[in-house]
Amino acid sequence: MSHDKLIRMANQIATFFRSQPGSDQVEKVAAHLKDYWAPEMRADLKAQAADHAQEMDDLVRRALPLI
Amino acid sequence: MKDFIIPWGDDRDMGTPAKEGAPVTLEIDGFSVTVPEGTSVMRAAAIAGLQIPKLCASDNLEAFGSCRLCVVEIEGRRGTPASCTTPVAPGMVVRTQSEQVQRIRKGVMELYISDHPLDCLTCSANGDCELQDMAGVVGLRDQRFEAPEGGMRTHFARRDTSGEANPEYIPKDDSNPYFTYDPAKCIVCNRCVRACEEVQGTFALTIQGRGFESRVSAGGVGDDFLSSDCVSCGACVQACPTATLQEKSVIELGTPTRSVITTCAYCGVGCSFKAELNGDQLVRMVPYKNGAANRGHSCVKGRFAYGYATHSDRILKPMIRERIDQPWREVSWDEALGFAADKLRGIQAKYGRKSVGVITSSRCTNEETYLVQKLARAVFLNNNTDTCARVCHSPTGYGLGQTFGTSAGTQNFDSVGKADVVVVIGANPTDGHPVFASRLKKRLRAGAKLIVIDPRRIDLVKSAHVEAAHHLALRPGTNVAVVTAMAHVIVTEGLYDEGFIRERCDWDEFAEYAEFVSDARHSPEATEMLTGVPAEELRAAARLYATGGNGAIYYGLGVTEHSQGSTTVMGIANLAMLTGNIGRDGVGVNPLRGQNNVQGSCDMGSFPHELPGYRHVKGAEVRAIFEAAWGVEIDAEPGLRIPNMLDAAVSGRFKGLYCQGEDILQSDPDTRHVAAGLAAMDCVIVHDLFLNETANYAHVFLPGSTFLEKDGTFTNAERRINRVRKVMAPRNGYADWEITQMLANAILAAEDRPLWHYTHPARIMEEIAATTPGFAHVDYAMLEEKGSVQWPCNDANPEGSPIMHVEGFVRGKGRFIVTEYVATEERTGPRFPLLLTTGRILSQYNVGAQTRRTPNTVWHTEDVLEIHPHDAEVRGVKEGDWVKLASRSGETAMRAHLTDRVSPGVVYTTFHHPTTQANVITTDYSDWATNCPEYKVTAVQVGLSNGPTEWQEEYDALAERARRILPAAE
Ligand code: SF4
Ligand code: SF4
Ligand code: SF4
Ligand code: FES
Repeated sequence: MSHDKLIRMANQIATFFRSQPGSDQVEKVAAHLKDYWAPEMRADLKAQAADHAQEMDDLVRRALPLI
Repeated sequence: MKDFIIPWGDDRDMGTPAKEGAPVTLEIDGFSVTVPEGTSVMRAAAIAGLQIPKLCASDNLEAFGSCRLCVVEIEGRRGTPASCTTPVAPGMVVRTQSEQVQRIRKGVMELYISDHPLDCLTCSANGDCELQDMAGVVGLRDQRFEAPEGGMRTHFARRDTSGEANPEYIPKDDSNPYFTYDPAKCIVCNRCVRACEEVQGTFALTIQGRGFESRVSAGGVGDDFLSSDCVSCGACVQACPTATLQEKSVIELGTPTRSVITTCAYCGVGCSFKAELNGDQLVRMVPYKNGAANRGHSCVKGRFAYGYATHSDRILKPMIRERIDQPWREVSWDEALGFAADKLRGIQAKYGRKSVGVITSSRCTNEETYLVQKLARAVFLNNNTDTCARVCHSPTGYGLGQTFGTSAGTQNFDSVGKADVVVVIGANPTDGHPVFASRLKKRLRAGAKLIVIDPRRIDLVKSAHVEAAHHLALRPGTNVAVVTAMAHVIVTEGLYDEGFIRERCDWDEFAEYAEFVSDARHSPEATEMLTGVPAEELRAAARLYATGGNGAIYYGLGVTEHSQGSTTVMGIANLAMLTGNIGRDGVGVNPLRGQNNVQGSCDMGSFPHELPGYRHVKGAEVRAIFEAAWGVEIDAEPGLRIPNMLDAAVSGRFKGLYCQGEDILQSDPDTRHVAAGLAAMDCVIVHDLFLNETANYAHVFLPGSTFLEKDGTFTNAERRINRVRKVMAPRNGYADWEITQMLANAILAAEDRPLWHYTHPARIMEEIAATTPGFAHVDYAMLEEKGSVQWPCNDANPEGSPIMHVEGFVRGKGRFIVTEYVATEERTGPRFPLLLTTGRILSQYNVGAQTRRTPNTVWHTEDVLEIHPHDAEVRGVKEGDWVKLASRSGETAMRAHLTDRVSPGVVYTTFHHPTTQANVITTDYSDWATNCPEYKVTAVQVGLSNGPTEWQEEYDALAERARRILPAAE
């Protein structure tokens, strides 16, 4: 799937969880992606990290290994 | 109107409304009756089984006391009081029949009949006329008024005896497409006027003139029904005891002889109707008095707009084609299903198990939706199932699930009658949910306060006898900022309900939340620049909601269809928890669902991540239940959502789609992208009534059945499970649940797997009840007995649950969630300086596939662009001009309508007509949590144009080509 769209969607999720209290934002982003994104979408997102890491929210980057 | 058809349950007219009060015992004609204090003598008699003659009374209207046909004798009282206006008293002794009252009643009837035409045999109300009945009941045998010289003066004769035109005569008003007003038959009982006021709340009718000259009149001088404020709800027609206000269908087809109770298939109010027929010919739909959602009221759509069911555009035979540039070929069901099954199996073999999916529809029944998601999970063996609720209320599912623990409105509709402060956010009930709006307006007229939060000045803000205390006309896209600012006021001014929060919610989460919202940057003053809402107004609204008594929130798609839709839903839930407005009558958080079965399609596991009953597919114990029931292994990973399916199609991984009752091409955002996705698929199966827009890209068309042609259940916005009953045989041959089953079986047979064997939707409901805890006690026998039931209905709530979270939240402790405002990426700028928001109007329904095929089009022939006169002026746009509407996604053209209902900087349109293609404009931005598209905010530019755009013309041509059907080979 096109990288700009997936990354934008993932970044939106990160933005929400960044605003939440606590210290487990990375886990929450990962949990949300796992609960609502089909595995192929998660795989695409991971694959896109190679070329487009700089477009990804830091929380998304850190959540990638968990999904 | 009297009930001359054998009723289902008791729906007699009891004369005056029910009352609540201490029991009072009295004697009527020797029978002892006990009724609540305040009940009329007429109603008490009716309860005892004694019908007192009446003309001006009806039990959905307050007693009026004008006809004096209902007189009775009461021991110890002088004269003969009217029983409809006389309340009962303890020990009262009433006689409903005596020489004296009979004489009076006869006299009354004689007076009426002296000015009424006696053409009963050819009258359209013959057999269905209360005047006729009463003449019979009182024993009227002759009419003793002597005609004065020159003949009797009447208001119904066109000419007097000398041949001169009668100045009193008023011709019939035929202007409304569905009913006529024939003043010649009017007895001026006032029921229509009161129905329009008390039941509908529109105040379109008045009695003009006095005494003999008095007449019912719609609107002002020179108005007819169509040009008046009348919204064609039909309440007056139903109230009229004579043929004066009469359905045109009855005039044409005759009075019906049988009836079936069923449920409206339009909006989420879920009104119950009596479908009245002769044989299998539907004569009219009459709102059913015992319907718990509508209590005998209806709107123009459910009451009148059913003609699409027999429209000539309906496709009744299955059709296939290899490629979408070919014309359609009509084939047998076997061939069509075999073709579809081969294609889908071929795709799965070549591209993998996950390369196909389904879209269920919120228009279909629970049983149908359940089968469609089962088709994905148990036949395709993947979780690629989604529903059109994705594009409307998916944020409700997420937001309320996170905060309260369940995805549903908390109240029943009756609850609005107990509300003191009603907040309407991003919804337009008078157009979208008309019957709920009527009930709300009734409550507002009785003194409840209203707060409207909407960019547009919707009708509720100011209409007859209703005015909002506050209208917060926010900039589209700033919902979260406004809701959070309200919470700021409630917390910082100490208006929250600490007792409730301590008992019912997680206190630590509250503390974090309170700290968050107390921050000065969330104050109304700080956010005023952003939201456009004056700080003082917002503060006043927040105070009113927090302190005005029972506070109830109703919201619609103006909340959900945003990039922060889910966050706003959580913000709304926060407000209700903060103020303790949850868990009892008159309060709550209530999503107004767009389509009839949005609630049900979500309940039935249509979403790709959850099985029926909102249980995530990752739960092994939940999967085990369905694995046992279905004999397959269920995928533990979520599947694709609609936008993801389309994206995957464009990238070549998603190739086959079964789309039931849903027109994604017209209703989903960014039409070009949807079209590209559909065009990239190898097999698109459309199962619908009409060749809809999506069908332009389809390879298989399976003709669907209407709600009149099948059995099933719909679940409305108050979680009420209502029966849909088969009124006539399906014209296409099969009910939709049968078609899904045939498709499943065509695939299963080819793979040598066990087939499905449902024989009736009741069997499907048994499976739902057996697998889904909230439905455990639901079955058709129970629905037959109770009429309807609100889930959860199980061991803990055997009678169902009118109100949720009464003892505690479904998830245990209510959860406060921090709601940080994040601006949407869709921003205005020099190229696209205006914000477009979308909505719908009363007479049309969503993409209009049904309502456009009924006479409802007289109220709305095309979509228009509402623009503020200031914005219009700087662009040189005048009323009625063709304008081009452009966004970064595309452009379309429509006519402009100048109005200050929208603020400067905001434009608005509806999306009922395919030629408008309003979704060519909308973007692919979506809610962060659910991918619900951001329909409600698009940055656009508006400029003058000459007419339809090239895209519109090209599309029309393409649609025409795609709809060709080859004549059937004989
Ligand atoms: S149809 Fe409804 S709105 Fe119109 S006049 Fe009758 S009651 Fe009023
Ligand atoms: S139109 Fe019908 S309901 Fe209205 S006043 Fe005349 S008779 Fe009564
Ligand atoms: S469209 Fe809605 S309000 Fe109108 S009759 Fe149908 S269910 Fe009732
Ligand atoms: S019914 Fe009581 S006065 Fe008309």
